[in-house]
Amino acid sequence: MSAESTAAARHEEYQAQTEHEGADHPSERSYVGIALILAVLTAAEVATFYFEEELGALLIPALIVMMIVKFFLVIMWFMHLRFDHNLFTRIFVSGLVLAVGVYMAALLTFKFFS
Amino acid sequence: MSVADQTMAPTSTPVESSGPLAHDATAAPHHTSTGLSNEKLGMWLFLGSECLLFGGLISTFLLYRAKDVPGMAGPAVGDLYDIPFTSVSSFVLLMSSLTMVLSLSAIQRADQRRARTWLLTTALLGGTFVAGQVYEFTAFVREGLGYTTNLQSSAFYTLTGFHGVHVTLGIVMLMSLFVMSLRGRLSSERAETVEIVGLYWHFVDIVWIIIFTLVYLIPA
Repeated sequence: MSAESTAAARHEEYQAQTEHEGADHPSERSYVGIALILAVLTAAEVATFYFEEELGALLIPALIVMMIVKFFLVIMWFMHLRFDHNLFTRIFVSGLVLAVGVYMAALLTFKFFS
Repeated sequence: MSVADQTMAPTSTPVESSGPLAHDATAAPHHTSTGLSNEKLGMWLFLGSECLLFGGLISTFLLYRAKDVPGMAGPAVGDLYDIPFTSVSSFVLLMSSLTMVLSLSAIQRADQRRARTWLLTTALLGGTFVAGQVYEFTAFVREGLGYTTNLQSSAFYTLTGFHGVHVTLGIVMLMSLFVMSLRGRLSSERAETVEIVGLYWHFVDIVWIIIFTLVYLIPA
Protein backbone atom coordinates (compact mmCIF):
# COMPACT_ATOMS: atom_id res chain seq x y z
CA MET A 1 0.00 0.00 0.00
CA SER A 2 1.41 3.41 -0.93
CA ALA A 3 1.99 6.17 1.62
CA GLU A 4 -0.84 8.22 0.12
CA SER A 5 -3.40 5.46 0.31
CA THR A 6 -2.30 4.66 3.88
CA ALA A 7 -2.80 8.30 4.86
CA ALA A 8 -6.19 8.35 3.17
CA ALA A 9 -7.21 5.19 5.00
CA ARG A 10 -6.11 6.68 8.31
CA HIS A 11 -8.09 9.82 7.54
CA GLU A 12 -11.21 7.80 6.75
CA GLU A 13 -10.83 5.82 9.96
CA TYR A 14 -10.34 8.92 12.07
CA GLN A 15 -13.22 10.76 10.37
CA ALA A 16 -15.53 7.79 10.87
CA GLN A 17 -14.74 7.64 14.55
CA THR A 18 -14.96 11.38 15.19
CA GLU A 19 -18.12 11.70 13.10
CA HIS A 20 -19.70 8.92 15.09
CA GLU A 21 -18.82 10.72 18.31
CA GLY A 22 -19.34 14.15 16.79
CA ALA A 23 -22.94 14.51 17.94
CA ASP A 24 -21.70 14.85 21.50
CA HIS A 25 -18.37 16.58 20.88
CA PRO A 26 -18.10 19.96 22.53
CA SER A 27 -17.84 23.13 20.51
CA GLU A 28 -14.99 25.62 20.88
CA ARG A 29 -17.36 27.78 22.91
CA SER A 30 -17.81 24.89 25.36
CA TYR A 31 -14.03 24.55 25.67
CA VAL A 32 -13.73 28.24 26.48
CA GLY A 33 -16.55 27.88 29.02
CA ILE A 34 -14.74 25.00 30.73
CA ALA A 35 -11.50 27.02 30.75
CA LEU A 36 -13.35 29.92 32.41
CA ILE A 37 -14.69 27.60 35.12
CA LEU A 38 -11.13 26.27 35.64
CA ALA A 39 -9.81 29.83 35.89
CA VAL A 40 -12.46 30.79 38.47
CA LEU A 41 -11.70 27.66 40.52
CA THR A 42 -7.97 28.43 40.40
CA ALA A 43 -8.68 31.98 41.58
CA ALA A 44 -10.79 30.57 44.42
CA GLU A 45 -7.97 28.20 45.37
CA VAL A 46 -5.46 31.04 45.47
CA ALA A 47 -7.91 33.15 47.51
CA THR A 48 -7.91 30.48 50.24
CA PHE A 49 -4.22 31.26 50.78
CA TYR A 50 -5.20 34.76 51.93
CA PHE A 51 -8.15 33.59 54.06
CA GLU A 52 -6.50 30.63 55.77
CA GLU A 53 -7.52 31.64 59.29
CA GLU A 54 -11.09 32.58 58.37
CA LEU A 55 -11.64 29.25 56.63
CA GLY A 56 -10.19 27.26 59.55
CA ALA A 57 -11.08 23.57 59.32
CA LEU A 58 -12.84 24.14 55.99
CA LEU A 59 -9.60 25.06 54.23
CA ILE A 60 -8.31 21.59 53.36
CA PRO A 61 -11.70 20.05 52.37
CA ALA A 62 -12.45 23.11 50.20
CA LEU A 63 -9.06 22.85 48.44
CA ILE A 64 -9.43 19.10 47.91
CA VAL A 65 -12.93 19.49 46.45
CA MET A 66 -11.79 22.25 44.06
CA MET A 67 -8.78 20.17 43.00
CA ILE A 68 -10.99 17.14 42.26
CA VAL A 69 -13.49 19.25 40.29
CA LYS A 70 -10.68 20.76 38.18
CA PHE A 71 -9.14 17.32 37.64
CA PHE A 72 -12.40 15.84 36.38
CA LEU A 73 -13.26 18.85 34.22
CA VAL A 74 -9.95 18.45 32.38
CA ILE A 75 -10.12 14.67 31.92
CA MET A 76 -13.81 14.63 30.97
CA TRP A 77 -13.86 17.62 28.59
CA PHE A 78 -10.35 18.42 27.40
CA MET A 79 -9.24 14.76 27.30
CA HIS A 80 -12.66 13.78 25.92
CA LEU A 81 -13.24 10.88 28.32
CA ARG A 82 -16.87 11.98 28.52
CA PHE A 83 -17.27 11.38 24.80
CA ASP A 84 -14.75 8.64 24.04
CA HIS A 85 -14.97 4.90 24.36
CA ASN A 86 -15.32 3.76 27.95
CA LEU A 87 -12.34 1.41 27.61
CA PHE A 88 -10.07 4.49 27.74
CA THR A 89 -11.80 5.59 30.94
CA ARG A 90 -11.39 2.15 32.46
CA ILE A 91 -7.69 2.01 31.65
CA PHE A 92 -6.98 5.44 33.09
CA VAL A 93 -9.18 5.00 36.15
CA SER A 94 -7.49 1.64 36.86
CA GLY A 95 -4.10 3.37 37.04
CA LEU A 96 -5.53 6.21 39.09
CA VAL A 97 -7.31 3.97 41.60
CA LEU A 98 -4.25 1.74 41.92
CA ALA A 99 -2.02 4.77 42.56
CA VAL A 100 -4.40 6.33 45.11
CA GLY A 101 -4.85 2.98 46.88
CA VAL A 102 -1.16 2.12 47.03
CA TYR A 103 -0.02 5.54 48.22
CA MET A 104 -2.87 6.04 50.69
CA ALA A 105 -1.79 2.71 52.21
CA ALA A 106 1.81 3.94 52.29
CA LEU A 107 0.81 7.23 53.94
CA LEU A 108 -1.32 5.40 56.50
CA THR A 109 1.57 3.04 57.25
CA PHE A 110 3.76 6.04 58.07
CA LYS A 111 0.95 7.56 60.21
CA PHE A 112 0.74 10.59 57.93
CA PHE A 113 -2.83 11.43 58.93
CA SER A 114 -2.33 11.19 62.70
CA MET B 1 -19.82 -12.87 24.85
CA SER B 2 -16.83 -12.45 27.13
CA VAL B 3 -14.48 -9.45 26.98
CA ALA B 4 -11.77 -11.68 25.51
CA ASP B 5 -14.16 -12.88 22.81
CA GLN B 6 -15.12 -9.33 21.98
CA THR B 7 -11.58 -8.06 21.75
CA MET B 8 -10.67 -10.95 19.48
CA ALA B 9 -13.71 -10.43 17.26
CA PRO B 10 -12.99 -9.00 13.83
CA THR B 11 -14.24 -5.42 13.42
CA SER B 12 -16.70 -6.47 10.75
CA THR B 13 -18.47 -8.74 13.25
CA PRO B 14 -21.25 -6.97 15.14
CA VAL B 15 -20.58 -6.89 18.87
CA GLU B 16 -23.40 -7.46 21.35
CA SER B 17 -24.81 -4.16 22.52
CA SER B 18 -24.56 -5.11 26.18
CA GLY B 19 -20.80 -5.85 26.17
CA PRO B 20 -18.06 -3.59 27.52
CA LEU B 21 -17.06 -2.59 24.01
CA ALA B 22 -20.63 -2.04 22.89
CA HIS B 23 -20.45 1.76 23.00
CA ASP B 24 -18.05 1.81 20.09
CA ALA B 25 -19.31 -1.30 18.35
CA THR B 26 -21.04 0.51 15.53
CA ALA B 27 -18.21 3.01 15.10
CA ALA B 28 -15.30 0.51 15.18
CA PRO B 29 -13.57 2.26 12.28
CA HIS B 30 -10.03 1.18 13.25
CA HIS B 31 -8.83 -2.08 11.80
CA THR B 32 -7.70 -3.43 15.15
CA SER B 33 -8.99 -6.22 17.35
CA THR B 34 -10.73 -3.70 19.62
CA GLY B 35 -11.90 -1.38 16.87
CA LEU B 36 -10.04 1.39 18.68
CA SER B 37 -6.84 3.17 17.77
CA ASN B 38 -3.89 1.25 19.21
CA GLU B 39 -1.85 4.46 19.46
CA LYS B 40 -4.53 6.17 21.54
CA LEU B 41 -5.00 3.05 23.66
CA GLY B 42 -1.24 2.96 24.21
CA MET B 43 -1.20 6.59 25.32
CA TRP B 44 -4.00 5.99 27.84
CA LEU B 45 -2.12 2.96 29.19
CA PHE B 46 1.01 5.09 29.53
CA LEU B 47 -0.93 7.83 31.32
CA GLY B 48 -2.47 5.27 33.67
CA SER B 49 1.04 4.09 34.58
CA GLU B 50 2.19 7.69 35.03
CA CYS B 51 -0.38 8.03 37.83
CA LEU B 52 1.75 5.57 39.80
CA LEU B 53 4.97 7.49 39.14
CA PHE B 54 3.57 10.85 40.23
CA GLY B 55 1.59 9.26 43.07
CA GLY B 56 4.87 7.96 44.50
CA LEU B 57 6.64 11.30 44.14
CA ILE B 58 3.75 13.28 45.67
CA SER B 59 3.31 10.96 48.65
CA THR B 60 7.07 10.96 49.29
CA PHE B 61 7.04 14.75 49.42
CA LEU B 62 4.00 14.77 51.72
CA LEU B 63 5.80 12.40 54.12
CA TYR B 64 8.94 14.53 54.28
CA ARG B 65 7.49 18.00 54.37
CA ALA B 66 6.74 18.06 58.10
CA LYS B 67 8.52 21.08 59.51
CA ASP B 68 9.56 19.53 62.79
CA VAL B 69 12.01 16.96 61.47
CA PRO B 70 14.75 16.81 64.14
CA GLY B 71 18.08 18.20 63.00
CA MET B 72 16.76 19.31 59.60
CA ALA B 73 19.28 21.47 57.78
CA GLY B 74 18.37 24.58 55.81
CA PRO B 75 15.02 26.31 55.45
CA ALA B 76 11.71 24.46 55.09
CA VAL B 77 10.40 24.44 51.52
CA GLY B 78 7.05 25.82 52.63
CA ASP B 79 8.72 28.97 54.01
CA LEU B 80 10.10 29.85 50.56
CA TYR B 81 6.98 29.49 48.44
CA ASP B 82 5.95 32.51 46.43
CA ILE B 83 2.25 31.68 46.06
CA PRO B 84 1.26 34.63 43.83
CA PHE B 85 4.08 33.74 41.40
CA THR B 86 3.24 30.01 41.37
CA SER B 87 -0.46 30.87 40.94
CA VAL B 88 0.34 32.76 37.74
CA SER B 89 2.44 29.79 36.51
CA SER B 90 -0.44 27.43 37.29
CA PHE B 91 -2.88 29.65 35.45
CA VAL B 92 -0.56 29.75 32.41
CA LEU B 93 -0.34 25.94 32.31
CA LEU B 94 -4.10 25.62 32.75
CA MET B 95 -4.75 27.94 29.82
CA SER B 96 -2.30 25.96 27.69
CA SER B 97 -4.77 23.06 27.95
CA LEU B 98 -7.40 25.30 26.36
CA THR B 99 -5.09 26.28 23.49
CA MET B 100 -4.19 22.60 23.00
CA VAL B 101 -7.79 21.55 22.65
CA LEU B 102 -8.46 24.49 20.31
CA SER B 103 -5.57 23.28 18.17
CA LEU B 104 -7.12 19.81 17.96
CA SER B 105 -10.47 21.32 17.08
CA ALA B 106 -8.84 23.36 14.29
CA ILE B 107 -6.96 20.38 12.81
CA GLN B 108 -10.17 18.33 12.84
CA ARG B 109 -11.76 21.09 10.75
CA ALA B 110 -8.67 21.03 8.46
CA ASP B 111 -7.91 24.63 9.47
CA GLN B 112 -4.11 24.30 9.24
CA ARG B 113 -3.21 27.90 9.95
CA ARG B 114 -5.25 28.14 13.13
CA ALA B 115 -4.08 24.71 14.31
CA ARG B 116 -0.47 25.85 13.86
CA THR B 117 -1.13 29.06 15.77
CA TRP B 118 -2.68 27.24 18.72
CA LEU B 119 0.11 24.63 18.74
CA LEU B 120 2.72 27.35 18.93
CA THR B 121 0.73 29.21 21.61
CA THR B 122 0.53 26.02 23.68
CA ALA B 123 4.28 25.48 23.38
CA LEU B 124 4.95 29.10 24.37
CA LEU B 125 2.68 28.85 27.40
CA GLY B 126 4.45 25.62 28.37
CA GLY B 127 7.81 27.35 27.91
CA THR B 128 6.63 30.18 30.17
CA PHE B 129 5.70 27.64 32.84
CA VAL B 130 9.10 25.91 32.64
CA ALA B 131 10.88 29.28 32.77
CA GLY B 132 8.89 30.10 35.90
CA GLN B 133 9.95 26.80 37.43
CA VAL B 134 13.62 27.47 36.65
CA TYR B 135 13.26 30.91 38.25
CA GLU B 136 11.66 29.36 41.34
CA PHE B 137 14.42 26.76 41.68
CA THR B 138 17.08 29.45 41.31
CA ALA B 139 15.42 31.59 43.99
CA PHE B 140 15.22 28.60 46.36
CA VAL B 141 18.90 27.73 45.85
CA ARG B 142 19.83 31.37 46.56
CA GLU B 143 17.91 31.05 49.84
CA GLY B 144 20.11 28.09 50.76
CA LEU B 145 17.80 25.24 49.74
CA GLY B 146 19.78 22.91 47.48
CA TYR B 147 18.81 19.48 46.21
CA THR B 148 20.61 17.70 49.05
CA THR B 149 20.01 20.26 51.82
CA ASN B 150 17.40 18.05 53.48
CA LEU B 151 14.95 15.24 52.69
CA GLN B 152 12.17 17.75 52.13
CA SER B 153 14.11 19.67 49.48
CA SER B 154 15.19 16.45 47.72
CA ALA B 155 11.56 15.29 47.55
CA PHE B 156 10.38 18.73 46.40
CA TYR B 157 12.96 19.13 43.61
CA THR B 158 12.47 15.53 42.46
CA LEU B 159 8.69 15.92 42.26
CA THR B 160 8.55 19.34 40.59
CA GLY B 161 11.65 18.57 38.50
CA PHE B 162 10.05 15.40 37.11
CA HIS B 163 6.96 17.40 36.27
CA GLY B 164 9.09 20.07 34.60
CA VAL B 165 10.82 17.41 32.49
CA HIS B 166 7.41 16.12 31.41
CA VAL B 167 6.35 19.64 30.40
CA THR B 168 9.62 20.05 28.48
CA LEU B 169 9.06 16.77 26.61
CA GLY B 170 5.56 17.96 25.83
CA ILE B 171 6.99 21.17 24.36
CA VAL B 172 9.34 19.09 22.18
CA MET B 173 6.34 17.10 20.91
CA LEU B 174 4.34 20.28 20.26
CA MET B 175 7.21 21.88 18.37
CA SER B 176 7.61 18.69 16.32
CA LEU B 177 3.94 18.93 15.36
CA PHE B 178 4.43 22.62 14.56
CA VAL B 179 7.37 21.86 12.25
CA MET B 180 5.42 19.01 10.62
CA SER B 181 2.59 21.44 10.03
CA LEU B 182 4.94 24.02 8.49
CA ARG B 183 6.23 21.32 6.12
CA GLY B 184 2.67 20.42 5.17
CA ARG B 185 2.87 17.03 6.85
CA LEU B 186 0.16 17.65 9.44
CA SER B 187 -3.07 17.52 7.51
CA SER B 188 -6.39 16.56 9.03
CA GLU B 189 -5.41 12.96 8.22
CA ARG B 190 -3.01 13.19 11.16
CA ALA B 191 -5.54 14.70 13.58
CA GLU B 192 -5.20 11.69 15.83
CA THR B 193 -1.49 12.46 16.31
CA VAL B 194 -2.45 15.90 17.62
CA GLU B 195 -5.10 14.30 19.82
CA ILE B 196 -2.55 11.87 21.34
CA VAL B 197 -0.01 14.62 22.03
CA GLY B 198 -2.92 16.60 23.49
CA LEU B 199 -3.74 13.74 25.88
CA TYR B 200 -0.15 13.83 27.17
CA TRP B 201 -0.28 17.61 27.53
CA HIS B 202 -3.57 17.59 29.45
CA PHE B 203 -2.18 14.88 31.73
CA VAL B 204 0.78 17.08 32.57
CA ASP B 205 -1.74 19.80 33.38
CA ILE B 206 -3.83 17.61 35.72
CA VAL B 207 -0.68 16.49 37.54
CA TRP B 208 0.09 20.16 38.19
CA ILE B 209 -3.47 20.74 39.41
CA ILE B 210 -2.76 18.14 42.10
CA ILE B 211 0.77 19.38 42.89
CA PHE B 212 -0.38 22.98 43.17
CA THR B 213 -3.02 22.07 45.74
CA LEU B 214 -1.25 19.38 47.77
CA VAL B 215 2.28 20.81 47.69
CA TYR B 216 1.78 24.58 47.55
CA LEU B 217 -1.63 25.49 48.93
CA ILE B 218 -2.32 23.01 51.72
CA PRO B 219 -0.23 24.10 54.70
CA ALA B 220 2.23 21.61 56.20
